[in-house]
Amino acid sequence: MLKQRIIPCLDVLDDKVVKGVAFKQHEIVGDIVTLAQKYCDEGADELVFYDITASSEQRVVKSTWVKKISDCIDIPFCVAGGIKSIDDAEKILAQGADKISINSPAIENPQLITELAQRFGQQCVVVGVDSFEQAGEYFVYQYTGDAAKTRPAGIKTFAWIEEVIARGAGEIVVNCMNQDGVRRGYDVRQLAPIAEQASIPIIASGGAGTYEHFKQVFEETKVSGALAASVFHKNLLNLPQLKQYLAEQSIKVRPC
Amino acid sequence: MPYVAIIESGGSNFMSIQVALTRLGIASNITSDVECIQQASHVILPGVGMAQYAMQQLCEKNLVDIIKNLRQPVLGICLGLQLLCRYSEEGNVAMLNIIPLDVKKIKNASIVPHMGWNNMETLQQDPLLSGINAADDFYFVHSFAADTNADYTLGTCQYGNPFSAILRKDNFYGVQFHPEKSGKVGATLLKNFITISGDRL
Repeated sequence: MLKQRIIPCLDVLDDKVVKGVAFKQHEIVGDIVTLAQKYCDEGADELVFYDITASSEQRVVKSTWVKKISDCIDIPFCVAGGIKSIDDAEKILAQGADKISINSPAIENPQLITELAQRFGQQCVVVGVDSFEQAGEYFVYQYTGDAAKTRPAGIKTFAWIEEVIARGAGEIVVNCMNQDGVRRGYDVRQLAPIAEQASIPIIASGGAGTYEHFKQVFEETKVSGALAASVFHKNLLNLPQLKQYLAEQSIKVRPC
Repeated sequence: MPYVAIIESGGSNFMSIQVALTRLGIASNITSDVECIQQASHVILPGVGMAQYAMQQLCEKNLVDIIKNLRQPVLGICLGLQLLCRYSEEGNVAMLNIIPLDVKKIKNASIVPHMGWNNMETLQQDPLLSGINAADDFYFVHSFAADTNADYTLGTCQYGNPFSAILRKDNFYGVQFHPEKSGKVGATLLKNFITISGDRL
């Protein structure tokens, strides 16, 4: 049976892993390769590396650290940040990344999703969606890596997700911005209808703070995985204990 | 000493396979050179991407007959497994036809691609699978899958309908999952593959 995935996310800034609160105030939490290796050894099912300022600084991810990660870890990983073209994606995939994730560039040029899927296969193409709730409605935001440049994209989350799927994405990471970094639990109210309707895997992001939050998102929504950053970086939760807890709660996870 | 030729077939996971072999201390070369492929002790046929594109690459490089006539152990990974089959629904394309099975879109699953860690429903005994149990999870990511068949299927996985996760015909093996991305159990499978010698098949 297919297992629910636990996905530590490493936000990368200048070759270091950082963590901000509500996408602001970044603090350094460690070296990329050291942390990647640690999570891999502890039973992470997959890793995501976000070069958080690549898009807002108009540059692509530096592929040198991608190769270093590929050399040392034997689980899948996804790289995000500033990928705007087939060439950008090819460089990163050639360095050993399994997937590339696009966010702001997909909003500017939705055709990019289609082109990437046709060239590399649907399974390589992840689309990140930063969604913000205002008065009960969900809106897509872009350039969220930089507080000064963050702005509404002018589209509603549900409509955008439908388009992303229609254009051939292989997976969507839905980051619920209201919950991000505050550890009050995943936004199951938003994620449940999205995952219910989606024909591709949906990954929950934003809000994990306790073991119970992971249980809740897997029990109350049909997401395929749950992504979290600060709870792992700050050792608030321990990956092997999280998986043990979920297994005891009858949630299908890969044993560590 | 084993020496692995990783066939450059137009996908993009060569690097991951090569580093996985390097971690195991096994020398390899990413190549489309006929002589290099024929002289290797083991051959890996990788593949990520579209079936049609990968077959086109093999045709353009004149590798179709070369691969079909290999006598050493060959391991197709992911799309590589599908390339060993007869036909793929993905682009309606004829494959290498080494294993006479068809590759079809995953059916009866509400979410496609099949992406993540999954285990085997059934697992046969084979030197490739020494020390591996049906409960072990491997990393899968695919939207198309090969039918099951009593003669060729070594491992069945269930996602929607059951499909062939591990195939074998003579010296040709195929795995639908990514051993190079499947942690310790994936490393065990790659190690097993390398210890299979052509003479025993």
